[in-house]
Amino acid sequence: MVEELKIDNDQATKEMLEKNDYKYGFVTDVEQEIIPKGINEDVVRFISNKKNEPEWLLDFRLKAYRKWLTMEEPSWAKLNIEPIDYNGISYFAAPKEMPKSLDEIDPEIIDTYNKLGIPLEEQKQLEGIAIDVVFDSVSLVTTFKDKLAEVGIIFCSFSEAVIEHEELVKKYLGRVIPSGDNYFAALNAAAFTDGSFVYIPKGVKCPMELSTYFRINAEDTGQFERTLIIAEEGSSVSYLEGCTAPKRSTSQLHAACVELIAFDDATIKYSTIQNWYPGDKDGKGGIYNFVTKRGNCVGKNSRISWTQVETGSAITWKYPSCILTGDNSVGEFYSVALTNNRQQADTGTKMIHLGKNTRSTIVSKGISAGFGQNIYRGLVEISKNAQNARNYTVCDSILIGENCGAHTFPYIEVKNSSAQLEHEATTSKIGEDQIFYCQQRGMSEEDALSLIVNGFCKEVFKELPFEFAVEAERLLSVSLEGSVG
Amino acid sequence: MIEIVNLHAEVQGQKILNGLNLKINKGEVHSIMGPNGSGKSTLAAILAGKEDYDITDGDIIYKGESILDLAPDERAQQGIFLAFQYPIEIPGVSNAYFLREALNSINKARGNPVLKPVEFGKLAKQKIKMLKMDETLLKRSLNEGFSGGEKKRNEILQMAILEPLLSILDETDSGLDIDALQIVANGVNSLRNEETAFLVITHYQRLLDYIVPDFVHVLVKGKIVKSGDKSLALELESKGYSWLED
Ligand SMILES: Nc1ncnc2c1ncn2[C@@H]1O[C@H](COP(=O)(O)OP(=O)(O)O)[C@@H](O)[C@H]1O
Ligand SMILES: [Mg+2]
Repeated sequence: MVEELKIDNDQATKEMLEKNDYKYGFVTDVEQEIIPKGINEDVVRFISNKKNEPEWLLDFRLKAYRKWLTMEEPSWAKLNIEPIDYNGISYFAAPKEMPKSLDEIDPEIIDTYNKLGIPLEEQKQLEGIAIDVVFDSVSLVTTFKDKLAEVGIIFCSFSEAVIEHEELVKKYLGRVIPSGDNYFAALNAAAFTDGSFVYIPKGVKCPMELSTYFRINAEDTGQFERTLIIAEEGSSVSYLEGCTAPKRSTSQLHAACVELIAFDDATIKYSTIQNWYPGDKDGKGGIYNFVTKRGNCVGKNSRISWTQVETGSAITWKYPSCILTGDNSVGEFYSVALTNNRQQADTGTKMIHLGKNTRSTIVSKGISAGFGQNIYRGLVEISKNAQNARNYTVCDSILIGENCGAHTFPYIEVKNSSAQLEHEATTSKIGEDQIFYCQQRGMSEEDALSLIVNGFCKEVFKELPFEFAVEAERLLSVSLEGSVG
Repeated sequence: MIEIVNLHAEVQGQKILNGLNLKINKGEVHSIMGPNGSGKSTLAAILAGKEDYDITDGDIIYKGESILDLAPDERAQQGIFLAFQYPIEIPGVSNAYFLREALNSINKARGNPVLKPVEFGKLAKQKIKMLKMDETLLKRSLNEGFSGGEKKRNEILQMAILEPLLSILDETDSGLDIDALQIVANGVNSLRNEETAFLVITHYQRLLDYIVPDFVHVLVKGKIVKSGDKSLALELESKGYSWLED
C-alpha cells in the first residue's frame, strides 16, 4: 500500500515565496514515503507496524480509533472552520531513506534546518540546547542524547522510547490525556506517528534546554505527534517546542497531544513558539492547529508552567492545562496569541485545583489585527477538597484596526469556600496617541506598533528562555507587518 | 529655521488656528503665552505632524521647505522635537529601550551609525548626570507610574539625548517645583546654540527667568495678537490676557 512520491518545488510555490513574508514557507525536495489518503483500521495497523510497536500499543491505538468513530467534532469553540475531510489526508509521511546517524541525513533536510536557524551538524549545534527534530511523521535525530544520558536523562523520539524504554511509556502513556479524551486527542492516539519522550530521573536538574522542532513538509498530510515528559521527584526540566510548515493553498491538520507528569518537588517548564503557516491574506491555506496539552502535578510542591507564543496557524484550538493534584502544587499559563488577516485563535487554559494550598496563575495577552479573531477561554475549577486554593488571572486584549475581534470566556467553578480568586480583564484599542508619541521621537508607524505590542507582551516574554524571547519579539513584529496604515 | 505662514487649522469643522504667522530663526528662543483653549497645544501638535487636524490654509516652511506632507517620524528625523504637555505611557517598554530605538531610528534615517546598547547606556548616563536626574528613570517602563514632574523631566531627558534642532516645549513647566524647573531650564540651555531654536509654550513668566526668550508672543483665539521681548511676559503676569482679547 506504500506509494512513492517526489515532492517538487513547483514554480507557483517559488513565486509565492518570493512575494510573501512567511519566511519558513519553502518546501524541501526530498524523496518521501507517503501512504494513501484516508484513515481506517488498516492505516492504524500500518503505522503501528511501521514502528515495530508492541501489541498493547496497537490495542491502545485501535481502542482510540474505535472511540473516535463514535465521537463528533467539538463545536463549542468560537471558530469558523471549513469542514475537515479526515479521509483527504495522508496519515504517514517520512523521508524514504531513514538516517541511522547525523551523517546519513539527506543534505536537503540539513539545509532546511539551517534555513530555519537550527543547525544539525555536530560542530554547529546550538550550545546548551538539545533538539529532537521531527520532520513530517518521524523524528530524524536527537542531539546531545549521549551527554544527557550520562546524568540519566532520557531524551529521544517517541518511537525510540517505545522500543528502548517500553515499560516507562506503557506506564505513563495516556495517563494525563486518556485516549478518548476529546475528538482530536482520540484521533491523535489512533494515528500519532512520532514525537518526543523525556524522562528526568529523581533529583536531576536537566543541564540544558530540551527542545523539539516540528516541521510539516509533505502536502496533504496531517501531523499527529505525541510528547510525554516525566519529571521524577525533585527534578526539573525546561522544554521548548517550535513549529513551521511550508505555504500551501490547502489547509493542513496538526493534532498533537502533550502529556506532562511532575512528581514531588519537580518542575516542568514547557514553552511553545508556534509559527505554523497562517494562510494567506484572504484565509486560504494554513495549518489547522488542534492540540491537547495537559500536565498533572501529581506530587506535592510540584510545578508545571506553560508558556506559549502563538503567532501562526489559520486556526488555533488549544488549552494547555494543569491538574493540581499534589498539595502546594503550582500551575502557570502565560500566553501571547496573535491573529492577523483571517487567522482565528480559541485558546486558553484549565486549572483544576484538587490538592490543598494549590496555586495557579494565568496571564493571557491577545492581539488582534486585520480580520483576526482572538478568543480567550479559560476554566478555573476549585474542587471540594482543595482547601486554600488561589488563582490569579489577567486577561488583556489589544485590537489593531476596526475589523478584528477579541472575546474572553472565563469559566469559574468553586466548590470550596476558602478559595481566593482574582480576575482582571482589559480590552484596549492600540492608542493613536501612543503611536504618535513614538513617531514624534523618530520611529516609523510599524516600528511604533511592534514596540507597543512587545511591551504589552512583556509579562509573558520574560518567562521564555532568553534566546527564545528574542525570537518571539521578532516573530511578533513580522506577524504584524502590514497591519497599519 | 521655521516659518509659519497664515496658518488656518480646524478639527471636526471647529476653527482653532486663524491665520497664524510666526518666524523663528536659528539661535532664537521664542515663547508663546495665552489663555487656555487659545490653540497653543494645537499649534505644537500641528508642527509635530499630528494628523487629527485639517490645515485649511497657509503653510509651514522648515529649513526652506514645506513640511505639511511629512509624517511625524520624518519631521522628527529632520530635527523637530515636541515635549508633550501630557506625555504618553507605554507599559512594558523601558525608558532606555524606547530612547535607544528612537535615537537609532533617527540615526538610521540620517545615515549615521546606530548605537549599541552599551554605547547608548554611556550616553544616557552622561545626560542624566548633566540634568541631575535619577538613573533608575531609565529602567522603568516609559512614563508608567511616573509622577507628573517625573514625566515632564523625562521629556527633557529625551530632548537632551535626541539633540533636536527645533524643540517645542508645551507647558513643560506646569506643575513643577523650583528644582525641577531648573532641571528643565538646564536641559534647554545646554542645547541652546547658534544652530538650534526653541518654542517655549508656558503660562508662567517664572520659567522665563531661567530660559530667557528673545521674543514673547501672545496667542488668542488661534492668532498671535501681540509680540514683544521678555518684558511682555512680565506685563502679562501683572495684567492678564483680557486687555488683549476683544
Ligand atoms: N483633537 C481635538 N478634537 C476636538 N477639539 C480639539 C482637539 N484639539 C484641540 N481642540 C480644541 O481646540 C481648542 C484649543 O485647544 P488647545 O490647543 O489644547 O489649547 P491650549 O493648549 O492653548 O490650552 C480647544 O477649544 C480644544 O477643545
Ligand atoms: Mg495646551
